[in-house]
Amino acid sequence: MLKVNLDPNLKEQFKSLKVLENFSEPVLEINKEELPNLLIYLRDNKSLRFRQLIDILGVDYPKRENRFDVIYLLLSHEFNNRITIKTSVKLDEALASVVPIFPVANWFEREAFDMYGIKFTNHPDLRRILTDYEFEGYPLRKDFPLSGHTEVRYDDELKKVVYEPVKLAQAYRDFDTESPWEGTKYIKKEQDKR
Amino acid sequence: MAKETKTMNLNFGPQHPAAHGVLRLILELDGEVIERADPHIGLLHRGTEKLIENKTYTQAVPYFDRLDYVAPMNQEHAFALAIEKLLEIRVPARGSYIRVIFCEIGRILSHILNITTQALDVGALTPSLWGFEEREKLMVFYERVSGSRLHANYFRPGGVHQDFPVGLKEDILEFCKNFPKVIDDLENLLTDNRIFKQRNVDIGIVSPQDAVAHGFSGVMLRGSGIAWDLRRAQSYEVYDKFKFKIPIGKNGDCYDRYLCRIEEMRESTKIIIDALNSMPEGPVMTTDGKVSPPSRADMKKSMEALIHHFKLFTEGYHVPKGEVYSCVEAPKGEFGVYLIADGSNKPYRCKIKAPGFAHLQAMDYVIKGHMLADVPAVLGSMDIVFGEIDR
Repeated sequence: MLKVNLDPNLKEQFKSLKVLENFSEPVLEINKEELPNLLIYLRDNKSLRFRQLIDILGVDYPKRENRFDVIYLLLSHEFNNRITIKTSVKLDEALASVVPIFPVANWFEREAFDMYGIKFTNHPDLRRILTDYEFEGYPLRKDFPLSGHTEVRYDDELKKVVYEPVKLAQAYRDFDTESPWEGTKYIKKEQDKR
Repeated sequence: MAKETKTMNLNFGPQHPAAHGVLRLILELDGEVIERADPHIGLLHRGTEKLIENKTYTQAVPYFDRLDYVAPMNQEHAFALAIEKLLEIRVPARGSYIRVIFCEIGRILSHILNITTQALDVGALTPSLWGFEEREKLMVFYERVSGSRLHANYFRPGGVHQDFPVGLKEDILEFCKNFPKVIDDLENLLTDNRIFKQRNVDIGIVSPQDAVAHGFSGVMLRGSGIAWDLRRAQSYEVYDKFKFKIPIGKNGDCYDRYLCRIEEMRESTKIIIDALNSMPEGPVMTTDGKVSPPSRADMKKSMEALIHHFKLFTEGYHVPKGEVYSCVEAPKGEFGVYLIADGSNKPYRCKIKAPGFAHLQAMDYVIKGHMLADVPAVLGSMDIVFGEIDR
């Protein structure tokens, strides 16, 4: 079992901090203003030493007011611990870049920007990273269709690759395989309670 | 009067044999010295994460084969572990052992490819010819156990798909007996080779502090002298039952990383032998009928089994609400999956943490001040595979 030795007085230092637990690893929820200082604290504290940023990921909850979760995963080699830090932003809000704290965050933030349109202030080079040059839209948002908006093909007459709106020869088959039976819903509710 | 100098921009790739796939590297050169490297990635982007959100958990497994296609099963492993954690199911002992065996086979597959292509990039042709012969043998093991040489879809949540076929255990043991000799041959060609050393020693040095700050994992971290291996530090499956050494480098250059990979292959071979010899009998997949499909024979006799089979392959299983990060020591470093389940039969979010993504990002930092000819050597030692970086 991994346990992290967190200072119990941490909440005085970070007003918005909430400490949760998930699979015996701590999850810290914090607002975006205090996030950079928390990361610096976690990195530099002598009894924590979370010196490696493993990943940054965005999550989209379209129905929430704070639409995006931004999750930071940290690892401490010295103490063999992991910690998760969660913050959330509204659709048009930006949060501070953590590149000055962890250089590795550069591409992670670019990816979150590319996929969700989450903006990071003071990022050295916030460009799209994985999608095509001149791509429009944010593909991992829940309201972005799986098929995308454009498709490419080689045009023999123009002698170049052209972009066209997606034309599906067959409609996307989204089978709703969940059982329509009332009975199973009842069982599902029971299962969800557990 | 000061002379005016101008830097030159050079496009390296996207179609370059030493780019290890589709990397477009824009280099800013001052003469032959690199001032800045800007990797443009995403040419192999397939939207794996989006696709996984739209597929059931069962259907999502094969996407993981297509990430790091050099060692497919190691990727599936991280996904399977994440689901198992959320579902709270246990893998039977035999299943765990088989997973360890095939993870190590994957590690050898990946390291052979990396070492030999790195050698190829700096001018040695023979190692790749010798190495690929061994890879072919290992891929036959993949095929015998899963039916496919590359896209295995073998590690399923709950265990592995099938037990070993007759004779496979003996054949893998036979391979492991001969393989150290092949490593010796490769080392004969490379380790003391003057040209190979000139191209790799003291090239791409990464200090331990920088390796951590730039998010390095796996061999890239160990090559810089940090003894960190998830198999040991945060042991999963039955890795704690095996004795193996964790080779680390001293200088953190390309040559040390090469040496680490060579030693890791030797350790992997030992783990495989140990695992094969101590492998218990029993089921390879959890017997929980809500997760693992029934056997063909059961389906012919039992109505319940038939229903389970039908439901599993149409609706799939439901994973209870929750979030989990699980990671494995893949050949290239820490490969992780952050899975958010909303209680339905499809993942709400599945973030794939690919080790190569962080490594390639550090390209600018590592290559700055090196010569143009060092680019293939550094890229080779980073073990770049675009399947996992572009996702």
